[in-house]
Amino acid sequence: MSDPVIKLVDVRLALQSRAGRVEILRGVDAEIGRGETVGVVGPSGSGKSSLLMIMGGLERATGGTVTALGRDLTALNEDALARFRRDHMGVVFQSFHLIPTMTALENVAAPLELAGDRDAFDKARAELDAVGLAARTDHYPAQLSGGEQQRVALARAAAPRPDILLADEPTGNLDGATGTAIMDLLFGLHERHGATLVLVTHDQGLADRCGRVIRMADGRAVEAGAERETAEAAA
Amino acid sequence: MRLAEIRTAWTFARREMRGGLRGFRVMLACLALGVAGIAAVGSVVAAINDGLAAEGRELLGGDAEAQLTYRIASEAERAALAGEGVVSEVFDFRGMARTPDGDSALVQAKAVDDLYPLYGSVVLDPPMPLEQAFATDAQGRPGVVVERVLATRLGLSPGDPVLFGEAEMVLSAVLESEPDRAAGGFAFGPRLLLSAAALEATKLVGPGTLYETEYRLKLPRDADIGAVKERLLEQFPEGGWRWRDRRNGAPGVARFVERIGAFLTLVGLAALAVGGVGVGASVRAYLDRKTETIATLKTLGADGRMVMATYLLQIGALAVLGVLIGLALGAAGPLLAAPILTERLPVPANFGIYWEPLWQAAVYGLLAAFLFALWPLARAREVRAAGLFRDLVAPAREIPRPLYLAAIAALGIAVAVAAVLFTGQTRLALGFVGGVAAALLLLTVAAAAVTVIARTLARTRLGRASLPLRLALSGLGGPAGGYGGETRGAVLALGLGLTVLTAIGLVDHNLRRMVSDQLPERAPAYFFIDIRDDELPGFLEKAEAQPGVTEIETAPMLRGVITRINGMSAADWQASGKVDPAFNWVLEGDRGVTYSDRVPEGTEIRAGEWWPEGYQGRSLVSFGEEQGRGLGLELGDEITVNVLGREISAEVANFRRVEFREMGINFLMVFDPNVLRGAPHVHIATVYGEEPQEGAYLRALARAHPTVTAVRVEDALEVMADALRDISAAARAGALATLVTGLVVLIGAAAASQQRQIYDAAILKTLGAARGGLLGAMGMRAALLGLAASVVALGAGALAAWAVLTFVMDAPFAFDALTAGSIVFGGVLATLLTGALFALGPLSARPARVLRARE
Repeated sequence: MSDPVIKLVDVRLALQSRAGRVEILRGVDAEIGRGETVGVVGPSGSGKSSLLMIMGGLERATGGTVTALGRDLTALNEDALARFRRDHMGVVFQSFHLIPTMTALENVAAPLELAGDRDAFDKARAELDAVGLAARTDHYPAQLSGGEQQRVALARAAAPRPDILLADEPTGNLDGATGTAIMDLLFGLHERHGATLVLVTHDQGLADRCGRVIRMADGRAVEAGAERETAEAAA
Repeated sequence: MRLAEIRTAWTFARREMRGGLRGFRVMLACLALGVAGIAAVGSVVAAINDGLAAEGRELLGGDAEAQLTYRIASEAERAALAGEGVVSEVFDFRGMARTPDGDSALVQAKAVDDLYPLYGSVVLDPPMPLEQAFATDAQGRPGVVVERVLATRLGLSPGDPVLFGEAEMVLSAVLESEPDRAAGGFAFGPRLLLSAAALEATKLVGPGTLYETEYRLKLPRDADIGAVKERLLEQFPEGGWRWRDRRNGAPGVARFVERIGAFLTLVGLAALAVGGVGVGASVRAYLDRKTETIATLKTLGADGRMVMATYLLQIGALAVLGVLIGLALGAAGPLLAAPILTERLPVPANFGIYWEPLWQAAVYGLLAAFLFALWPLARAREVRAAGLFRDLVAPAREIPRPLYLAAIAALGIAVAVAAVLFTGQTRLALGFVGGVAAALLLLTVAAAAVTVIARTLARTRLGRASLPLRLALSGLGGPAGGYGGETRGAVLALGLGLTVLTAIGLVDHNLRRMVSDQLPERAPAYFFIDIRDDELPGFLEKAEAQPGVTEIETAPMLRGVITRINGMSAADWQASGKVDPAFNWVLEGDRGVTYSDRVPEGTEIRAGEWWPEGYQGRSLVSFGEEQGRGLGLELGDEITVNVLGREISAEVANFRRVEFREMGINFLMVFDPNVLRGAPHVHIATVYGEEPQEGAYLRALARAHPTVTAVRVEDALEVMADALRDISAAARAGALATLVTGLVVLIGAAAASQQRQIYDAAILKTLGAARGGLLGAMGMRAALLGLAASVVALGAGALAAWAVLTFVMDAPFAFDALTAGSIVFGGVLATLLTGALFALGPLSARPARVLRARE
């Protein structure tokens, strides 16, 4: 891979708990190229979500190096990481994590506002329209269904046109049909905007839609599959 | 931070606040209460000051007043005064009013000329002009008027004879009010008003006796009061004149009101500090609920500054709202209470909206709000985005970044500076703010200790012996300081409220004890003043012959004003900064002066030497050590005292310990006999006797020596005790405000913990716990909480009271079990009642619903 968007070298993560030290990642190497779609799969506790969060600078590795778009994330402080995400990343969570005091529109506009975008609300409205929620702009998260909330979260992640989209089990809290619709939207966003997509999932079917799969087990990447044609996987 | 970023933060803050004020009721109530208290006290003080200023002329009885002590103005002085405007002469002195039956009472008498009062009017019952009241009756007796309290005490009605000094007079009316009463200062007896023409016959005022002459001036409308004052003082620099004018008609009252106002403002500040604990707890609880939102914002790219700005703006907006509510209450309260206050206040007050106390209260409120909110805000800044997807994250830093710690310290200093600037009482303000800060620190440590002790006890055999006890202990010692930090909040807020109440209660108790118990045992029964030189032997003979009299002490007595120190005028000496402000009083009025050949009994010379008996030489003076040092005097310094219009200079020969509290004869300045023996003077006598016979010898002495004035020590103490009672009632009211704020915080903390309690109760019920057992556990937890808070408060309050009594009031400290008992009882009762208020939820909760809602 000539110019990886994300590069992990011997990434380790250990956290201190009351019960003692927990080794979550035990030296992971991975490279993800521009525009790739990568599924991260593995059993519970294998470290896949932690790996994703380290890629997003949401978690700080205790060892190794993490490079994103050529920037060494391990050298940035919390505030610099936040600004890096603002400018380059979108994150989608299993539990949506919408801000309850903001309407759907305001939630989507928030990252644009943080970036100082004067057209934040117009763009947010367009983004909600794209995920089929044009009629729900003024609803608060509590007034939306789970699927709708996740669509708002997708719109929010996509609105600033990030270089990298990170999704952590985005369908985990949704029923099958809604989950499929969300995944269609997610891959649709990837295709429209060309962002690199990293998707953590339990679901092998979803992973198969990705161009490549990293399989995690016991804090290690046991298999970093070869790149496939995304379109073929999606078919 | 750029303006655009602040705008974005404000946009986010506004969105967050759309959720309403539910989580902020306690914060708003705490701020509003604290600010309202301070604003109300300030408004009342401003109303009184305005009233005093507006009615300065009436209060003073003239546009200006030039006062002399123990002498009347010379012809030249009178002429100078008359050149400025209309002059009215008033004599103010003490005497004994008697009935022909021998009953007598000490009075504060005022002999006035025909021009009195220059401003305002005297109200008599039955209504009549003063001129008519003073008119001589058919038997040639001049008329006199007395206050109702005196008429009642002596059983006098209009038309009855009144013996005063050596004169017989007739009571013509009861004095309902006199315009210049408030400016008169501290009076030991009720007022008796007579005409100056009738004064001579009483023989109560003469060379050496204690009296004041007041020359009230009615000036032309365009007169420059300052220039009049300057002309008089320049023309008669050695006259010993004291000057007051309508610009500050009642300086004593104004100063008293200012001090009481400052004290109550500081007590209000303590209430605000308690409220600050509530603000801190509210902000902490709110931000804890917002952890997910903050982490989400960080995921979206908000940096720490953006998070801080968003929540700082929110808390700031809420603080402004709380302060505004407080200001509205504080301004409206005195206005609504104006009819009652006007009637009860002994001084005029113009109630209205005064902006100065309001903005000062606002400054206090905002400073306190940010002081207490900044710590939790600084913690919120550190919330990590990783918190969104795992519970197992490295905890955000507990101690804020140095920048925020510095800001917190700066806010604390700003509160102290504001207190000093706004109250004008540097020592008092700094002492108070320091005391509150120390108490908060102590209580924080105590709260942490309570948590740890409860947690440890819950794991011991004792803790495990009973389930309710273990539940109570684990409720107190659970993670994050008990239920949602309830232990910390309750110990801090209730503890601080009770600390203030304990401190004020114990200071009050000790002062009362000093006045009512301790002194009379050692103090004489009577002081007799104004015993003339020639009647002293006869007086002593008569007094010693009275049954019941056990001991008599006498001393020559003069009064003098210190006019110069080392050749520098007293005012310049004061202005030069040499005087400890606590001792300004020594220079601000006339002081007792005596002379003696020997060291007075019970006196200890602390520095220098006493003069030998029969000393002839340069005039020497012995000065009270504490007061002398307070004035910045050294041995060998020269002080000049104006005694009876004569300037007497003497060298400070020694300092001696003066114990004014012990009530025997004691003087600030004792001269060598040479200087003063020749001056006309009177003697003072203290008579020790047994209680039941007091009345008899007083009657006998009063009849034989009608111009001698008797001051019953118990009555004098009663006057002081009355004044003390009023002050302590005001202080207690202030302390209660602190406690009420503490209760609001307590209720807030209990409310915040209720969801946790309901959940715990649901689980315990599922496991088979009956409601009785749960109630027992809750009651025990509440009682332990109250006990812990009050015991700590008792310690902190006693320490504060001891410090105030020892270092400020120079009075002995004794612990009072009754005060202590009521504090502990009150503390436990408060937490039990609050607990009961929130017990219904956990007791009535249906386990299935509660537990399902959690899933």
